[in-house]
Amino acid sequence: MFVPGNNPGMMADAHIYGPDSIMLDLEDSVTMAEKDAARLLVHNALKSIDYGTTEMVVRINPLNTPYGRKDVEAVVKAGVDVIRMPKTETADEVRELEAEILKVETEIGRVGETRIMAAIESALGIVNAYEIATASKRMMGIALGAEDYSANLKTNRTPGGAELLLAREQIVVAARAAGIACFDTVYSNLDDMETFRKEVELIKTLGFDGKSIINPRQIEVVNSVFTPTEKEITKARAVVAAIKEAQAKGSGVISLNGKMVDRPVVLRAERTIALAVAAGVIDKEEVL
Amino acid sequence: MRNTKVVSLEEAIRRSGLKDGMTISFHHHFRGGDKVVNLVVDKLAQMGFKDLKLAASSLSDVHKPLIGHIKNGVITGISTSGLRGELADAISHGLMKEPVVFRSHGGRGSAIAKGELKIDVAFLGASACDELGNACGVPRSENAKSICGSLGYALPDARYAKHVVVITDDLVAYPNMPQSISAADVESVVVVDSVGDSSKIAAGAIRDSKNPRDILLAKQAAKVIINSGYFEDGFSIQTGTGGASLAAVKYIREEMLRRGIKASFALGGITAHMVKLHEEGLIGKLIDVQSFDKVAAESIARDPLHQEVSAVEYASGEHLGSATHALDIVILSALEVDTDFNVNVLVGSDGIIRGAIGGHQDTAADSALSIIVCPLLRGRIPCVVPKVTTLITPGKSVDVVVTEYGIAVNPARPEIAEKLIAAGLKVVDIKDLAAKANSIIGTPDPLPFGDRVVGVVMNRDGSVLDKIYNIRD
Amino acid sequence: MKEAIAGTLESGDIMVTIGPGEGLQVDLQSSVAAQFGRQIKAVITETLEGLGVKDAHVQAIDKGALDCTIRARVTAAAVRATGKDVWKD
Repeated sequence: MFVPGNNPGMMADAHIYGPDSIMLDLEDSVTMAEKDAARLLVHNALKSIDYGTTEMVVRINPLNTPYGRKDVEAVVKAGVDVIRMPKTETADEVRELEAEILKVETEIGRVGETRIMAAIESALGIVNAYEIATASKRMMGIALGAEDYSANLKTNRTPGGAELLLAREQIVVAARAAGIACFDTVYSNLDDMETFRKEVELIKTLGFDGKSIINPRQIEVVNSVFTPTEKEITKARAVVAAIKEAQAKGSGVISLNGKMVDRPVVLRAERTIALAVAAGVIDKEEVL
Repeated sequence: MRNTKVVSLEEAIRRSGLKDGMTISFHHHFRGGDKVVNLVVDKLAQMGFKDLKLAASSLSDVHKPLIGHIKNGVITGISTSGLRGELADAISHGLMKEPVVFRSHGGRGSAIAKGELKIDVAFLGASACDELGNACGVPRSENAKSICGSLGYALPDARYAKHVVVITDDLVAYPNMPQSISAADVESVVVVDSVGDSSKIAAGAIRDSKNPRDILLAKQAAKVIINSGYFEDGFSIQTGTGGASLAAVKYIREEMLRRGIKASFALGGITAHMVKLHEEGLIGKLIDVQSFDKVAAESIARDPLHQEVSAVEYASGEHLGSATHALDIVILSALEVDTDFNVNVLVGSDGIIRGAIGGHQDTAADSALSIIVCPLLRGRIPCVVPKVTTLITPGKSVDVVVTEYGIAVNPARPEIAEKLIAAGLKVVDIKDLAAKANSIIGTPDPLPFGDRVVGVVMNRDGSVLDKIYNIRD
Repeated sequence: MKEAIAGTLESGDIMVTIGPGEGLQVDLQSSVAAQFGRQIKAVITETLEGLGVKDAHVQAIDKGALDCTIRARVTAAAVRATGKDVWKD
């Protein structure tokens, strides 16, 4: 969930709505005159506010602006989980950020803790998606930024999202090839929950791991689309039980109802259980 | 007409036999738009009255001219359900020699019925009245200006006051019926230009809250209700008018439709939301002590299953027939809840009076399930605290507290906690909520209270619950 | 030192104005002054001392800000007033 980095009221309680991840924004939602103040606010919030188990992400300004390096210093020193790099176009840019992070981490003795998420927001970025996804061991995921991307393509956003199709597929494919996560862009019309739901259903089908949101009211829709149905969970549990049984027997072959279970089925079952746990439909202890 | 009771305000006061030291009463159905209190007290001051006791069902921002009348000795005592704005601020700082007596709506009704609160002259505003004093809060002519719907809080005054003056801005032909206040109880009728500012009496349709915190609290409150064991066909419910309370109605409605459950009645202050459910057939009857918006006021005027109820029949603790005794579920708000589940809805955490008891004590005590919905924090103000600033509703009446950081269940109701946990809700110890608030904002310094009592909080049975001291700057 | 402002009057924020002064003088307006005024002033003073600011006149209008917000706004105002940033260039 995106939260403007210069709004202390929203930053104080964003986690109560239960997003998986909060992204405090220092980039587009902060005016140039307020970059310094927002940076300090985000730094102090990360250090003081108990966000519980929520993953904390900060979107910094690009390193080629006067703000980017200071942003990295401020958020790494505050112990941020993930830095989101905006407008990523090449693997070199990722490596540059990585070096910058390492410099600050070394100074404070916290090497290797900060991960990177790259936002791809241009045609060049989409072309280089796999290189970007594999540019750093710190890379945890790549995300689509659709506003800049569609402007760069010289087109507009439409409700159906035809203009984003290639970008979305490219990002999913690159992420999967790199073994990292992928997240879809935001949907800004808060009054049209129906179109939002359709978009979430579409990107789930395409293979995305999650959706960026701008308001707590959107959380329920995303969770309801991504939460596996009871039938899916029951089936996944049976597969997981079969895996355990096979392990107990020391057998490499997993079978369910007399049939051999293929590796993709196992992986899908594990993903279903993970999603169900994330959505809070089943208990973590239950599956262990 | 033969026996008209219509006279000027001055003549009505003269006929009433009002003397210095006596008690006058008012209702608050015109809410923030009320003109009756200021009009009458100005006239009484002009006529040279002193040392009057003002017994209102409630007072609000609009009554700040009373400050002047308190200073010049016209008003020397006040009893009310609530105080707000500059008047409340001045009284909190020690404006009056005599403490203000705070009663719940049911408690006031009881006190009037039992004669503990004796009213010498009641000045009751009405939206329409005929020459003999048959009065109501609904429109009865094209000239109707100030519509409030139910006159529930005025009915004990009309019945038990020694002398009743109805004040209206729409004199209609006899007989004005059906009437809320009967001519049999009325001595004089006064016609004025306006009894209330209609834009401030009843809001138009209250829009659904888009505040994400309200929505979160509302969803949690709805889940508590749905899983409490009381959500069964024929249940009854009362809610407030706060954003979270109204939003909760929306989620309860969805679940009623899903399960095919209907409510037998909704009680208390009635809003457009409740009228909608009633008209959809999801709520059988509406028992209305106060119509909160235009839709509710229009509905009570035409719908025989939407009935007015007096404060006594609504919420008196001592009348077995009062509606709160039949109430299953109530959703209430709070300024503060403490770790013993005691609730404060009257005094702000700055020590200044800024609220009203309303039906809080009454509905919490009598309902089968009382749910308090409040955020853990309002800015830097904690709402779950070790001890409430002022005790309004005792913890033994409170069953569940819903906050954005978790749901606390009164240890006296383990069966409810069990059901909520089984439904997967985040049930926490209320002490942990207070500790969480403390960890976010720090420990507040004690308030600078003085040693003069400025308010006395009555329990609904007429006993004293708590005292409010003056606040120093 | 020149006069500088940081923060807003939004709920949960604090607007801090820092200008030249002798010693640390803090004027505070707050909706929660009775209960938190002492703590808010302490946070303002500690933050400025931590930045090595010994002489300043501070005016703060608080709208229920948490301590971390107060620290951030005081630091931002001080950085703007002194021109000395807390981050490397």
